[in-house]
Amino acid sequence: MIGAVMTDKHSDTRWQVLPAARRARRLAETLAAALLLVLFASALSACGSQAPGTLRLATTTSTYDSGLLDDLLPDFEETYSVQVEVIAVGTGQALALGERGDADVLLVHDRRREEAFLQAGYAESRDPVMFNDFVLVGPPSDPAGIGGLDSAAQALAAIAGQQAPFVSRGDQSGTHGRELSLWEAAGLEPDPAGGWYFAIGQGMAATLRFADEKAAYALTDRGTFLALRDKLPGLVILLGGGQLSENPDPELRNPYGVLVVKASAGREVQSDLARTFAAWLTSLPTQQRIARFGLERYGQPLFYPDSLAWRQARGE
Amino acid sequence: MSLGVPLSWLSEGVANHELWAIVLRTLQVSGTALAVSALIGIPLGTALALTRFGARRWIVALVYTGMGFPPVVVGLSVYLLLSRQGPLGGLEWLFTPSAMVIAQVVIALPLVAGLTMGAVESVDPDVRLLLRALGASPVQEALGLVAEARQGVVASLVAGFGGIISEVGAAMLVGGNVEGSTRVLSTAIVLETRQGAFGMALALGGVLLALTFLVNLMLMRLQGTPWWSKG
Repeated sequence: MIGAVMTDKHSDTRWQVLPAARRARRLAETLAAALLLVLFASALSACGSQAPGTLRLATTTSTYDSGLLDDLLPDFEETYSVQVEVIAVGTGQALALGERGDADVLLVHDRRREEAFLQAGYAESRDPVMFNDFVLVGPPSDPAGIGGLDSAAQALAAIAGQQAPFVSRGDQSGTHGRELSLWEAAGLEPDPAGGWYFAIGQGMAATLRFADEKAAYALTDRGTFLALRDKLPGLVILLGGGQLSENPDPELRNPYGVLVVKASAGREVQSDLARTFAAWLTSLPTQQRIARFGLERYGQPLFYPDSLAWRQARGE
Repeated sequence: MSLGVPLSWLSEGVANHELWAIVLRTLQVSGTALAVSALIGIPLGTALALTRFGARRWIVALVYTGMGFPPVVVGLSVYLLLSRQGPLGGLEWLFTPSAMVIAQVVIALPLVAGLTMGAVESVDPDVRLLLRALGASPVQEALGLVAEARQGVVASLVAGFGGIISEVGAAMLVGGNVEGSTRVLSTAIVLETRQGAFGMALALGGVLLALTFLVNLMLMRLQGTPWWSKG
């Protein structure tokens, strides 16, 4: 201690001779302290997991943007007195969040990657929840002439043949995954350097805006397109019909699944709450609510219930 | 998260053609925007510093406002301007590198002009008197003062470049992050983070940082004696 005091005294007198150096050092110390504080705070918020009674749900943008979750979640939050934090991202990021234990439960739509996620041991269960469908939209002039076709793969081949502009999500989302498997089915691999295939790496709404501006084709889920239709004067549904029952291509069906993230060392997740959520989401009352959602506003459901409980109740 | 991820990615990334294409494109877009901003901004800032006229106050206020203008609002304005329904929709520039250059010029120009003005104004008034006494023409006088204020003028370029190369809001809105055409480092980082590819996002962040550092080093070389004052 004495040594320290003496050093301080010593340096104090030296600094009086050099006030500028002293000020500079004070400034540096303050900055360093502030930086440490910020680092400490961010470390705290990263480690200190969410409060008990908070469930973190990572889901695709379509369930959130369509308003479905706002319609469903209050019932869950009241019944179980929990708070649900919704992280609306692409399926790719939702799965990445689950892998890191940053989300407790996932509601996503990419069957292939969901199975892989389950196989890799990141999730303890995967249950079907609901489905809707994809449609191909484009300008009314339809330069590639896909209007009369009944296969999405054929339509993509026609678009590529004409080199008509096509906008891709390009963001590893569930919709992007489906688009890629459709290209594969068509036996084609679109080249982003070709000048007609735009991979923009953005969400569904941004992709539709882009298509509207560029008079381009795009693959979209029907719900998002219906919700944004008023703001997209330059786009119409060219393949997929007016509603799901009119969609000619079964390959365009879009099933959603709920995944309960498995807890393990380094991934502390709220497994109990997550299990409760999955059970609630697939239960008959919630499924009936899903079936009713959007009927009034769009004249058709945006999502079709598909859980085991729902199918059993219907005698399937 | 382990730091090994971005490091291992970096070593793979050296052979990644798309990465280098993105780096090159970032430099092209932001470099063009900075060049245009310098060509207009340095003369404009110098003129504002050396002259006194009626509308000057208003222009100065406008430049200062522009210096703090939110880039995302610039992006929105340029978007509406270039949209198919907008006044310049016929150009079909939306979602092209040209649109990004326009937005970045709007962001960087006020920074270059405003900081240049401040730098030239703070040159010792005696220097101006001396230049006049030596019989300098108005243009020679202005060049002399800019040379005298070069530290500040280069700082204005550094500020402008830093403002646009790291900017993401306007770049995303008017460029559209199109792979192979308008995807730059900042928008690529957003994309990779959204996809959960945190290693790649971090690596791209490192590249962006290194690039900014190198460009600033090059700009600082300009702080030496300029060619027109040599000899």
